[in-house]
Order: sequence, then C-alpha cells, then structure tokens
Amino acid sequence: MESPPLLLRPDYDNVIVKRFIIATLLWGIVGMLVGVIIALQLAYWPANLGLPWTSFGRLRPLHTNAVIFAFTGNALFSGIYYSMQRLLKVRMWSDKLSAVHFWGWQAIIVSAAVTLPLGYTEGKEYAELIWPIDLAIAVVWLAFAANFFGTIAIRKVKHLYVAIWFYMSMVITITVLHVVNNLALPATLTRSYPIYAGMTDALVQWWYGHNAVGFLLTTPILGLMYYFLPKAANKPVYSYRLSIIHFWALVFLYIWAGPHHLLYSALPDWAQTVGMVFSLALLAPSWGGMLNGLLTLRGAWGQLREDPILKFFVSGITFYGMSTFEGPMMSIRSVNALSHYTDWTIAHVHSGALGWVGMSVFGMLYYMAPRVWERPLHSVSLATTHFWLASTGIVLYIVAMWTAGVTQGLMWRALDESGLLQYPNFVDTVKVLNPFYWIRFTGGTLYLVGVCVCAWNLYKTARSPAAPAVTENPEATAVVGA
Amino acid sequence: MAESWHRTALEHRSALFAGLTTVAISIGGIVEIAPMFMTPLDTTGITPYTPLEVAGRDIYIREGCYNCHSQMVRPLHAETLRYGTWSRANEYAFDRPFQLGSRRIGPDLMRVGGKYPDAWHFEHMRDPRSTSPGSIMPSYSWLHENRVDPADVQASVNALRTLGSPYPADLDVAAAMATQAAGITTRLASAKIQTDPDREIVAMIAYLQHMGLDGKNLYKDQP
Repeated sequence: MESPPLLLRPDYDNVIVKRFIIATLLWGIVGMLVGVIIALQLAYWPANLGLPWTSFGRLRPLHTNAVIFAFTGNALFSGIYYSMQRLLKVRMWSDKLSAVHFWGWQAIIVSAAVTLPLGYTEGKEYAELIWPIDLAIAVVWLAFAANFFGTIAIRKVKHLYVAIWFYMSMVITITVLHVVNNLALPATLTRSYPIYAGMTDALVQWWYGHNAVGFLLTTPILGLMYYFLPKAANKPVYSYRLSIIHFWALVFLYIWAGPHHLLYSALPDWAQTVGMVFSLALLAPSWGGMLNGLLTLRGAWGQLREDPILKFFVSGITFYGMSTFEGPMMSIRSVNALSHYTDWTIAHVHSGALGWVGMSVFGMLYYMAPRVWERPLHSVSLATTHFWLASTGIVLYIVAMWTAGVTQGLMWRALDESGLLQYPNFVDTVKVLNPFYWIRFTGGTLYLVGVCVCAWNLYKTARSPAAPAVTENPEATAVVGA
Repeated sequence: MAESWHRTALEHRSALFAGLTTVAISIGGIVEIAPMFMTPLDTTGITPYTPLEVAGRDIYIREGCYNCHSQMVRPLHAETLRYGTWSRANEYAFDRPFQLGSRRIGPDLMRVGGKYPDAWHFEHMRDPRSTSPGSIMPSYSWLHENRVDPADVQASVNALRTLGSPYPADLDVAAAMATQAAGITTRLASAKIQTDPDREIVAMIAYLQHMGLDGKNLYKDQP
C-alpha cells in the first residue's frame, strides 16, 4: 500500500470541517446561553417569565440537548472529519454523505430547539426528543456511520491509529444506545410511550444516559486527544501499550456503570451493586487515558507557557482525571446517599462538560481553524484570555455547586435531638442555596463570554486576508504514526 | 516499533476490530437488562392510571416536572421521615415513561397523593408562593386556561393498552374523564374555587392525587 509523498497534500475535504466548526460555535453559544438563562431562573424565579415555553422544565432539556448533541456533537464531527482523513490519508468516502450528515444534523438541532420549548418531549433525560426526530437521528447517524466505515474501507494507511478506535466505539455504541432506549409506541405524531415500563425503563434509560456520557462525551474526545495533543505538542503518544489496555478496558467496563444512577432505588440490589463495582473499576482505564495524555507532554511542559492550545488540552485532561475520580466515588452507595438528587451531581457533570469536553474542544478548534482556513490565528492573546475566562468560570461553577450539593444533602438528613427532621420544610433547604446559584450563574456567564471571544477570534481568523498557509507539519505527522 | 500483535491482528482488520468492539460494549447491557424481563412484578393492589390521570401525567411530562422533582423515596431513615414509605418496583409497573428524576430542586413527589387537598394543588400550581412561601417554582397558570381533548387522551389510552396497561376494551374514555373531573371540581367548589372540568389543572390534580397512594395503602404497616 503506497502513501502519498508528504509534500503533496492529498485532496482532503476541509469544507465539511469548516462547516462543523462554525456549527460548533453557533450551537455552543446558543446551548450555553440557555444554560445561563436556566441558571438565572434558579437564582431568580421570575426569570421564568410566566410563559410555558420559557419555563425551567422546558428549557433545561433544551440546554442539555443543545450542549450534548449540538455543541459537542458538531465539535466531534469537525475533529473526526479533520483527523480521520489525515490519519487514513484519504478524502472522506462520500461528500454526499458528509453533506447529508451535516445538514441533517443541523435540521435535527433546529427541530429540537423548536419542539422542546413547545413541550413536545418523551420525558426521558437526554433522550427527550420526540419519535419523528428520533427516527431522523437514526437515519443521519447511519449516514455518518456509512461514511465513516466507507472511509476506513478505502484507507491508504494499513493500520488504524488509536484515535480511530475511539471514534469507532462511538459510532457503534451510540447506534445501539439510541435505538434500544427509544423503542416506543407512537400514540400521536408528537407523543409516544416506551415499550419498557417502570424500573426496566429506568434501567434502560440510565444504561443509555450513562453511556451517552461514555461514548459521546468521553471516548470520542479521548480519540481527538490522541490525535490533536501529539500534533500540538509535536511529541509521540506516551505509550502505545497503555492505549491498547485502556481502550479495551474502557469500552468493556463503561457499559456496566449505568445503575449507579439508580442506587437506593427500586432496582434489584444485585444490579445496583454490579453498577457500583464497575463504576469503581472504571477509574483505572479512565486514569490510563489521562496519564497517557499528560505523559505525552513529557519534556514539552515549557510550551504550555506560550501555547493556548496546549493550555486548553492540559486543563481538559486534568478535569477528565478529576471527574473520573469523582464519578467512581459518587458511585459508592454511602457517598451517593448524600450526593444523589443534589447539586453535587450538577457539579460533577459540569466538571466533565465544561472542563473535559469544553476545554478539549476549544484546544482542538484553535488547532484546526488556522489549518482549514489556511490563515494564522487572529490573536493568540485572545485565545489565552478565553482560556482564563473559561477556567475562572469553571472554578466558580463547580465550587458553588459542590458547596450547594453537600449543604442541601446534609440538611435533608439532619435530625434534631428528638430524632425528627431538623428542616422539615423543604423550602428551607432551597432558600439556603440562593447565593450559590448566583455564583454558578456568574461562573457560567464567564464561560459563555469565553466562547464568544473564541467565536470572534476564529471569525477574524477566517476573514483575515490570505497569508502563508499553516501547513501540516511533516514531523508531527510522523508523530501519530500516520 | 516492532509490529505488535494488536496492530497486525486487529488494526489491520477494521471489520474484526469493529466486531470485537461491538461485543465488548454489548455484554454489560445484556447481563444487566435482560433479567429485568424475566422477573415479573406482582401488581396486586397497583391500579393503572385512569384516563384523566393519564392526561395529567402527559402534562407532567410535557412541562418537564421531572427536571426538578423526583418520584423515588429511598429506603433511608431521613427520607422516609420526610416523604413516607420507600418506593417499591411494582408501584412503577404502569409508568411509561418512568419519572424517577435525577435532581430534587423541589421535593420528591412519590407520596404526594392524598397529602394535600385538591384546592391546595390548584392554588400551588397557579402561584407556588401562595402555598409554599420561598418556593422558586415557576407559576403554571396556563394549566388553569388550557383544555384537555378527550380524543387526544383516547389515543394515549389506546397506546398504553397495547403496551399492556389493563384497560377494558369497552372503556369510555370521555365519560370516565368527565366523572372523575366532576368529583374534583365539586371538591374545588366546596373550597370556593370555580373551574371547568376539562381544564388541564383538573387532570394534573387527578394525577398528583394518585401518586404513590397504592403503595401508601399496600405498605402502611411498614416504615
């Protein structure tokens, strides 16, 4: 199998990458703006505006769906289309399928943004979209899968680099999760009932929910890390063997951990225990990935001072390590007894979403944008500003939510001397959270401002006059062994 | 680097790689979920939702109540003190979709049925702070305006019956709704609240008053 000479650039499809980058920023701003709005609603209830379509219960699913499927989804696709063409030394198999994927995905997002505020929902977290949209997701996802495996089939590089393994695990697992969790009988065009009932429905949903985190927000981002971090640092991945071990361990173990969302519930005890044990075991492969990422930077730490891309990646990987330590801890029954149903969970989710996913995505965008638009980044100092805005925002957010969560959890269980509830009026345990809700609102706003700075920076980059292109670094190409 | 076994055996064979990945991600789900279908629930004493309650539950789902309210009392001391007896699996037998929730921005609702009079719910949904000072819940005043269409509820009941909820084949959905709604509006009237029986708030009250009642009766002798 011959590979093209390095100096002759293969005809990669950069247009699809640019489209997904633009969509990432656009939906990122929308999704996080809705997040800031619902954060405000918790701090100041009149912000619900007294209208059905602006009330918290309808907007919160819009926030979660937008940041998971619109922001992260588009970001993953941009990075996957960019890196897999370069890793496999071939243009995407079908430009038509790429276009179907892009426009189909955006149409799904728009339909979600319309239906959710109108109250059309299936009422299952992170799987709220109604059945016609679910069908559309399946079709568009399969178009992506066909393009993905088609490109692998025509690859000009014989082996599959580790990034591709992680992408593949996403393509396969999300297909299975989406189909199984959404099996339902339609009653009307906008309403359906799941074929599962009660605790079975709950288990299927959290098997889905936890692994949507696993295979949409974790494994593909790890894949992107394996491509973009060595590229940005110009260092080969620390350990090939570690990547093999932690890949297989992660994809095997992750799928078992769903029941940790149902501890102390009416789910059979054995299933709860299995979920807890596998959640604890997940710590090992998770930290395997974190270590492989951080140790890739051995000898390159000095670059961190100058390079915002590496700042974002290192911070993202560090948050990954933190939240994959926190997650297993929260899966221990006695810890979960305190943390469950409180803002501690919200803190945990956002250290993963804002920290791991967000920071990694921004590092990747700052790496890709100058290369696909073939212009130097408009402003390195603005990118650094974005980094500090995001970091400050995350810290405010997480610390406020940790404190709120532990505070409320302790108040719920506090007993007075006579053995009665110390705070029998639930509202008392809500009022006390108000200052933390304002701090969270502030942190989220800072993070959103950072994303706007990023969008402006990349817009100016794309619009700047043509300059000497930032080409592929042949040395770095060798770094990922492709 | 010398070619490792992983590279030659798997990375060179994408179909095999994809197949093994599929196996790896399937095992856990099958082991955990399949037994749920092999353990039948004892639904003695658990009543399916009436048509009016189905309508109320659909509104509960539409408004995203599960984003702030759980429906699961854990078998923990402080929890049973606050809410009542803990939740059993059979109590959820007719819940499609399940509404356990994941965050209590407001209190758990598993045992809310029968806890307050209908009039309390009517006022609370219109202005939560009138009954619960300090509450951060939005007002749901549109429930007092919107009307429920029995034909729409009929479609839901048909689907739920197909899925296994034991509704009689000759169930007159509209009549059943009217009868139950009349009971609620009568109780509201005795609290000097006038409302039409086909308003969404009436269906919502019907659902809320059903919640957890069967379990409360079945397990009244247990903590």
